[in-house]
Amino acid sequence: MSRNVRLPVVLALLAAGPAVLADESSVRLAQGEGVEQVQAACAICHSLDYIVMNSPFQDRAAWEKTVTKMVKVMGAPITAEDTAQIVGYLDRHYGKGAPPAP
Amino acid sequence: MDRRKFLLGSSSTVAAGLLLPRLSVAGAAAGGLPAGTIASSALDTLPGKRPLIRRTFRPPNFETPVELFDEAFTPNDAFYVRWHGGVPELALADWRLRVAGPAAQKPREYTHAELLRRFKRHEVAAVNQCSGNRRGLFAPHVPGVQWGYGAMGNAVWGGVRLKDVLEDAGLAPGALEVVANGADAPMLTGPDFVKSLPMWKALDPDTLLAFEMNGAPLSTWNGFPARIVAPGWTATYWIKAVVDLTVTDQPFDGFWMKTAYRVPKGMFGASGFESQDTEQNSPITSIKVNTLIVGPAPGATLAAGRHAEVMGIAWDGGSGIRRVEVSLDGGASWREAKLGRELGRYSWRQWRSDFKPKAAGTVTVLARAVARDGATQTEALVHNPAGYHHNVVQRADYHVA
Repeated sequence: MSRNVRLPVVLALLAAGPAVLADESSVRLAQGEGVEQVQAACAICHSLDYIVMNSPFQDRAAWEKTVTKMVKVMGAPITAEDTAQIVGYLDRHYGKGAPPAP
Repeated sequence: MDRRKFLLGSSSTVAAGLLLPRLSVAGAAAGGLPAGTIASSALDTLPGKRPLIRRTFRPPNFETPVELFDEAFTPNDAFYVRWHGGVPELALADWRLRVAGPAAQKPREYTHAELLRRFKRHEVAAVNQCSGNRRGLFAPHVPGVQWGYGAMGNAVWGGVRLKDVLEDAGLAPGALEVVANGADAPMLTGPDFVKSLPMWKALDPDTLLAFEMNGAPLSTWNGFPARIVAPGWTATYWIKAVVDLTVTDQPFDGFWMKTAYRVPKGMFGASGFESQDTEQNSPITSIKVNTLIVGPAPGATLAAGRHAEVMGIAWDGGSGIRRVEVSLDGGASWREAKLGRELGRYSWRQWRSDFKPKAAGTVTVLARAVARDGATQTEALVHNPAGYHHNVVQRADYHVA
C-alpha cells in the first residue's frame, strides 16, 4: 500500500471515533451553507457517506443530475429552493476539485 | 408488509467497526478509488459477518477485502453485501413464494417446506459478482457505489431449479420473461427493486431458487430465505429475499430493467436478452472474463533471487477458463499460470505462477485470463456511463529487496 493511500484511510478511521460505536452518525459532512438541507433531505433514504464516497469527481452538472434523479425518480421530497441549496453545497464541498473530504 | 421488519444499517445492526490493521482497508490494489471513497470507507462488521470494507452504511454496501479471496469458495461471513433499500428480515414460517402472472396458467403459492418436498434439490458453484464491481477504478470516475475489487464472491448455491417451479405453474406458450421481486421495499415513492429474466435463462437447468450457500442457509444479508441464482449473469438478477415470481408475456418495464443496469448497445456484444434491448442500449447480462491477483498483496516486498509465487482467481460468464497468462515484462511476453482444479464452469478458478525476482527494485506482474469461448480481457478500460464490466488486465507492482 503506498503512503498516499494509507494516510487518508488512517485519518478516516481516527475521525470515525470509538470503533465500537461506529454507525452512520459517524459520517461527518463539511460545514457550510446548505449542509442542514443536505442532512435533512438526503438522510431520509440513505447514509451521508454516499456523498463523500462520490467525491471529488462530479462537477456541478453531475451533482445536479444526481439530485434531480433523487427527486424525480426516487421521490425525495425536496423543494426547488432546497434543491438549489443542496446542489450548490455539493458542488462547493464535494465537487470536482473541491478540497479533500473531511 | 406487516410480517416484515427492516434492518437498516444503524447502530443497532452494525455491531462494531473493528479495526484490523492486518487487513487493508482500501487495499493497495484499489489505488484508483476516488479520494472521497478512501476517506469514507473503513473495515466494519455487520452482525454475523467478519470485518468487510464498508462503502456505505445505509443501504448497507460492504465489500470483501481481496485477501479473503484466497479460498476456492468465499466463506459466507466474508461474502459481500449489497442492497438498494431496507434489508428485509423474514421469518421462514411466514415466508411464501407466489408464482403467478399472465403467462402462468396455474398460479401457485408455496411454503419453504412445500418447495423442498415437491422439487428436486440442485446445486451449482457460481461466482456472484455485482454489475458495478470495480466501478471505483473507472477513469474518469462515474457516480454510484464506488466498489474496488471485492463486490464479488464464489459459492456453492443449493436449492431447487427455477425451471421446476415455473413449470409447475403451467407456462403459457407466450411466456416471455420471469419477473422476480424480493421483500425489500423502495424508499419513499422510488421504484421497487424488481428484475426480470428471459425465459431461456429462467429455464436453464443451473438457474436456481436457492436457499443455501456453501451448505448453510442464506444469511439475511445475502437474501434469506431464498434468492435467485442466475449463474454467469451479474448479481443484479440474483434477487434476494424473493417472494414473488410473475411470468409475463410482455417485456417488464420497471425502472431497474428499463432505465438502470444498462450498457450502450453493442459495446459488450449481444445481451442475450432481446426483449429488453432497445436501439440505444441493452441490459447488462453476462459476466466478462476477468482475473484478480490475490496474493501477495500488490505493494508487498519480495526477496531478490528467491522463489516467489503469485496466486489469483479467474472467471467468466460460464464458458470456463482456458488459461491464465502472467507477464513480468510489461506484456512483451506471457507465461501460462498453473490452473487449480475446475470446480464448475460458473465457478472461479484458482491459479498460481512462480518466478524469481532477480534484481532489487520494482517488478510489475500482469495477469490476464482467456476463456474457453476465446474471449480475453481488455488492455484499456471500455468506459460506459454506469461503470460496468471493468475487466482491464491488472498490474501489480512489488518491491524487490
